[in-house]
Amino acid sequence: MLDKSRLLNIYRKMLEIRYFEEKVFELFGRNLIPGTIHLYTGQEAVAVGVCLALHPQDYITSTHRGHGHAIAKGARLDRIMAEILGKKTGYCKGKGGSMHIADFDVGMLGATAVVGSALPIASGAGLSIKLRGTSQVVACFFGDGASNQGTFHEGINMAAIWNLPVLFVCENNFYAMGTRQSSVMLIENIAERAVAYGIPGITVDGNDVLAVYEAALKAAKRAREGKGPTLLECRTYRQRGHSRFDAATYRPKEEVEAWLKKDPLKRFQAKIIDMGIIKMDEVYQIEQDVIKILEDAVIFAMESPFPEPAEALKDIYA
Amino acid sequence: MRQITYAEALNEALHEEMERDEKVFILGEDVGRFWQGAFKVTKGLAEVFGNERVRDTPISESAIIGVAIGAAITGMRPVAEIMFGDLTTLAMDQIVNQAAKLRYMFGGQTKVPMVVRTPFGAGVSIAAHLSQSFEAWFMHVPGLKVVVPSTPYEAKGLLKTAIRDDNPIMFLEHKLLYPIKKEVPKEEYLIPFGKADIKREGKDVTIISTLFMVHKALAASEILANDGIDVEVVDPRTLLPLDKNALINSVKKTGRVVIVSEDCKTAGVGAEIAALIAEEALDYLDAPIIRVSEPDTPIPFSPILEQFVIPDERRISNAVKKVVH
Ligand SMILES: Cc1ncc(C[n+]2csc(CCOP(=O)(O)OP(=O)(O)O)c2C)c(N)n1
Ligand SMILES: [Mg+2]
Repeated sequence: MLDKSRLLNIYRKMLEIRYFEEKVFELFGRNLIPGTIHLYTGQEAVAVGVCLALHPQDYITSTHRGHGHAIAKGARLDRIMAEILGKKTGYCKGKGGSMHIADFDVGMLGATAVVGSALPIASGAGLSIKLRGTSQVVACFFGDGASNQGTFHEGINMAAIWNLPVLFVCENNFYAMGTRQSSVMLIENIAERAVAYGIPGITVDGNDVLAVYEAALKAAKRAREGKGPTLLECRTYRQRGHSRFDAATYRPKEEVEAWLKKDPLKRFQAKIIDMGIIKMDEVYQIEQDVIKILEDAVIFAMESPFPEPAEALKDIYA
Repeated sequence: MRQITYAEALNEALHEEMERDEKVFILGEDVGRFWQGAFKVTKGLAEVFGNERVRDTPISESAIIGVAIGAAITGMRPVAEIMFGDLTTLAMDQIVNQAAKLRYMFGGQTKVPMVVRTPFGAGVSIAAHLSQSFEAWFMHVPGLKVVVPSTPYEAKGLLKTAIRDDNPIMFLEHKLLYPIKKEVPKEEYLIPFGKADIKREGKDVTIISTLFMVHKALAASEILANDGIDVEVVDPRTLLPLDKNALINSVKKTGRVVIVSEDCKTAGVGAEIAALIAEEALDYLDAPIIRVSEPDTPIPFSPILEQFVIPDERRISNAVKKVVH
């Protein structure tokens, strides 16, 4: 079992993501965020559980729904927020935005808006680890929708044949925009596809952060021992619409309600209170801390300048 | 000076760079010890550097490039081989959206030092799926560099530069060039990007051409010399960056331009170069610019059809005569 400080840290990270996303939602409503947003609300246990199993020098790759991945890997809230607002102080100097958060200093190799495109790139990072002879691993996050791309097959197969240290983390939230998983694949568990590559495929409750952590830890250990990749399917649910103004009316009410009852944050909070690890006043204290750093992050982002227009001409070539 | 083939020159460049820098490695379909590359460019390298650094891949073009990108952004310097230029289309997302854009999208946090080697070109009757030339597509992608070596000398010097460059490089070869044997110094040398080479000096007309078309332009120039027309042949050597000064200086000297390229005419290499000259050197032109290229068709199979579409000495000569008279 994890010690108290790590358990509190899990709670704190999940809360950071939850509050961050709710703040983004609010700012978006106030018309302060250009473009679109894809919120991670409801899926926090996946990013936090997986990243908890990683070391600081390990890598992750991310998706259009990537704020949570970045936060879980240790990126700063203020610089993510600044990027989302298109500010000069953002991680990408305003050139990436919500869908392209990256922080190479913490091993966050960036988020992609081309669904499924990061799988081969994650395998490449895995190959690089192998060739350089370090003990790092890569966690590659992607959705149920992404698992129907050709890159899923090509990327996982290549990692499998070369025993690369990659965790392919499929966040099955059962929808790709309005498309239900069951209408675009005949299997129920995406992890079953691992059989085709001769690697372990594991399905876990993606709203149970400790279950995700344990599965990821096992996969990471295996990867570090040179035994190759794992396909880890985390079943979860996005609590908000796909993007922007999507009210997600294509999802049955009962389904949404059932999943809200399985909210990963509330479940974990209840668990650590039940176990006597944490008292209500400590919960309250963590909440206040998170609210405070988030407030600071928003102030930082709002007060940061926009980039000079000519910034658009930079960083094309190294 | 000793003479080696274009394929051997590429092989030497790979060999030397892999010896110099252990971060350099090769991946691609059948590049390893059994086949040694579809055009034998990687011959003998697996024996010297091992299967880890000369890596046979499954037939997965998209993942070949994606894996190269992932390795490049985490400290390696991959050289990916795509067996035929046409097949880069299967990896277009990885080349265009990922390799070329990652540095920019991430605000300069990363760099993508990788080379994609692939052969373009028609002339060996392998039909429409394995013969097209679309260098121009890659010229349209900021973040990429596009290299087009026409001789063994260029092949070696430019590939070494490409491997040391910190950006994604499309290194476009030509199938008919592999067996061509010419002088290549034994001593180490590099050829900088963005520096055109004057393959033949002349004062009457400038022919701008690349890859295999350089050789056809030179052959046409010899024929034209007999008619008293003194042709200058300029080879840009890299299309992105493009040595605008060298092209414009030659135009200033001759006042007449023919652009020869082995791609479709519409929106091709010639279109870009012609527009550039029109923008920056129109006053020096004494005749309209002529493009000699393939017609806008896929490459046909039967030799008689294929030869009909590929620019040849006769078409080049006719174009030159037209701008001179
Ligand atoms: C290759 C590609 N096709 C389509 C889109 C448009 N698109 C953006 S997100 C999305 C759904 C992705 O679903 P999934 O992979 O399950 O991730 P989720 O949004 O559920 O997190 C689609 C179709 C895209 N960005 N990229
Ligand atoms: Mg989904």
